[in-house]
Amino acid sequence: MLRKASSFPEEMLEHVLSFITSDKDRNAVSLVCKSWYEIERWCRKRIFVGNCYAVRPEMVIRRFPELRSVELKGKPHFADFDLVPDGWGGCVYPWIAALATAYPLLEEIKLKRMVVSDESLEVIAKSFKNFKVLVLSSCEGFSTDGLAAVAANCRNLRGLDLRESEVDDPSGQWLSRFPDSFTSLASLNISCLGAEVSFSALERLVGRCPDLKTLRLNHAVPLDKLANLLRGAPQLVELGTGAYSAELQPDVFSNLAGAFSGCKELRSLSGFWNVFPGYLPAVYPVCSGLTSLNLRDANIQGADLIKLVSQCRSLQRLWVLDYIEDIGLEALAACCKDLTELRVFPSDPYGAEPNVSLTERGLVSVSEGCPKLQSVLYFCRQMTNAALVTIAKNSPRMTCFRLCIIEPRAPDYQTLQPLDLGFGAIVENYKDLRRLSLSGLLTDRVFEYIGTYAKKLEMLSVAFAGDSDLGLHHVLSGCEKLCKLEIRDCPFGDNALLANAAKLETMRSLWMSSCSVSFRACKLLGQKMPRLNVEVIDERGPPDLRPENCPVEKLYIYRTIAGPRFDMPGFVWTMNGDSV
Amino acid sequence: MEGGVAYENDLNLKETELRLGLPGTGSTIEKGVSAARNNKRPLPETREEGGANGKPDAQHDDQENAPAPKAQIVGWPPIRSYRKNSLQPKKAEAEAAAGMYVKVSMDGAPYLRKIDLTVYKGYPELLRALENMFKLTIGEYSEREGYKGSEYAPTYEDKDGDWMLVGDVPWEMFLSSCKKLRIIKGSEAIGLGCGA
Repeated sequence: MLRKASSFPEEMLEHVLSFITSDKDRNAVSLVCKSWYEIERWCRKRIFVGNCYAVRPEMVIRRFPELRSVELKGKPHFADFDLVPDGWGGCVYPWIAALATAYPLLEEIKLKRMVVSDESLEVIAKSFKNFKVLVLSSCEGFSTDGLAAVAANCRNLRGLDLRESEVDDPSGQWLSRFPDSFTSLASLNISCLGAEVSFSALERLVGRCPDLKTLRLNHAVPLDKLANLLRGAPQLVELGTGAYSAELQPDVFSNLAGAFSGCKELRSLSGFWNVFPGYLPAVYPVCSGLTSLNLRDANIQGADLIKLVSQCRSLQRLWVLDYIEDIGLEALAACCKDLTELRVFPSDPYGAEPNVSLTERGLVSVSEGCPKLQSVLYFCRQMTNAALVTIAKNSPRMTCFRLCIIEPRAPDYQTLQPLDLGFGAIVENYKDLRRLSLSGLLTDRVFEYIGTYAKKLEMLSVAFAGDSDLGLHHVLSGCEKLCKLEIRDCPFGDNALLANAAKLETMRSLWMSSCSVSFRACKLLGQKMPRLNVEVIDERGPPDLRPENCPVEKLYIYRTIAGPRFDMPGFVWTMNGDSV
Repeated sequence: MEGGVAYENDLNLKETELRLGLPGTGSTIEKGVSAARNNKRPLPETREEGGANGKPDAQHDDQENAPAPKAQIVGWPPIRSYRKNSLQPKKAEAEAAAGMYVKVSMDGAPYLRKIDLTVYKGYPELLRALENMFKLTIGEYSEREGYKGSEYAPTYEDKDGDWMLVGDVPWEMFLSSCKKLRIIKGSEAIGLGCGA
């Protein structure tokens, strides 16, 4: 029965919309018709801006007057690997200043890869009376002074998460700035802080916050004090320990084991810096209930590691160093049938020779034993097409597959062939694959497979691969859902980029560094596509001082309705029609 | 240093070679089995970037002591830079062996010197060494007045490119941010000492 949208009571639609929280669904709702657009925008509470330069804060504020939660991302992903020079951008202050005026009732701010000043933190602390959650993921530019302002002023703070951020001159005193009357904290992640925190302030804070469920400590919290903290917070669900490096003292051990036994709700463990293996049994009481274990900072090896992991039969997520080796991954495959996510990091990434026995066989074992596997990040030093084909067939639920063979352009070590067929099997079998990172020796062929099969792929990372522009063309023309593409050290040049210029407007961003895109092509792209910002990053100096066909060092292209940005440093040039 | 020499040779070859890619980087387009070619090796400046919290960059020193000196590629393998610090404990010995040489210039001196900062335990030792090397007196540091009483002042360039007075920051922080030293004399030195 047809019903005009306008005859549907607004309040009813709003009520229905209150159950629709996913950004994609909300966006779809807003496109139905004008009245739905209006109703939707007035009741949207959360916004996710994947690229802070894609839109100006005033535009967000104008469209969504009632936001309670804002999430922003700044620098491109390759900034994590030092490929984006310091000073490139991603300063959050203009956003914070605008949000402070527009949304006095804002409750959550989540930032990733942004430059956050102490001033920004002070504005946050003082502008939002009901502020609840601050997440600073891989951010930088602030010190404990900014944190002190947040602690002192945010009376209703529930979450403070500094994961992977770089904090200047950390001093532990800022924790004492939480007033004694402050009891609302539910989540605290300070694992990235370098210096000691005031333990007594931490202990009092933990003791007076009955809702505290997540506590990720930094390495400076000593082992013998951990038990006290745990006894003060037996309701903890997620814990990151401090450093574990003291030599084994029986009384400390039994105190710790007792404290862990009291934590019946514990589901996630991390930390374990410099762990002395003798202390590991202290956590055995909680292992059977653990769903997430992060040992990437722990140098546990061999039997100790296998014993620990084998106790965690409910494990869904494991992050571990390659000390686990193939043999440990076999044990994992045998014990942890609910495993959905595995990340294996290199313990000695720059060593010339392998220091551990971790090969393709480990990943094959896990794919065979863990049918629910859906997310993999695996650093290793050798791979074969046969192994990849096996892995592809074993894990139909895979949505995120990132393989890093440490040696660039390493072939199948048995056949010496490129790994095209192996990755081809990966994309052909993983029908729901959303994220893929390639490595090893790869020709244009692999990109043909990706363009043909990876129809749901949203993010692709490529390094040292391909032969020609055809490779890039396959990806840009074939991957319908492609959102983020990041490429380094590949022989991709002007032709594929210019031929697929329109595609770039359907993606969030494209990064290309150490490739063969000429300055001329960048200018052309910038002129042809006004809704793209084409940024040339070149630390050798102005690109127009070199021949036009000279390749640029780095290129970052992103769609935007904000026009070119004005906060570019001296080594970034924007290729807009007028400014070139 | 061995690793450094290999780098020099590779760079010269690359300059004269015809290939796709940027001058100065080693990214070559080669098919077939090939060892990692010499891509950019982190320059001394970028060494500081890699170490968060003021710790020396473990990867740089690793290379200089690895059995087969392999030139390092910036940002490869793709692991987070601050993560390198968590691998520190094992690398401590390697770093100590490698040393941390910085250039020292003095106004009026015909050539520069180089010193290894890691052999000194703190500022007093460093200052005595500088005094010996250049046959001059620098004197005692005070927070308020710098190096009052001396016509020389030791300064250093930090990773931001700014020239700072030696002695203001904790020794560890100085070690991680000092790129080069310069001993200034005369009126410039007095200006620094006046707590400006």
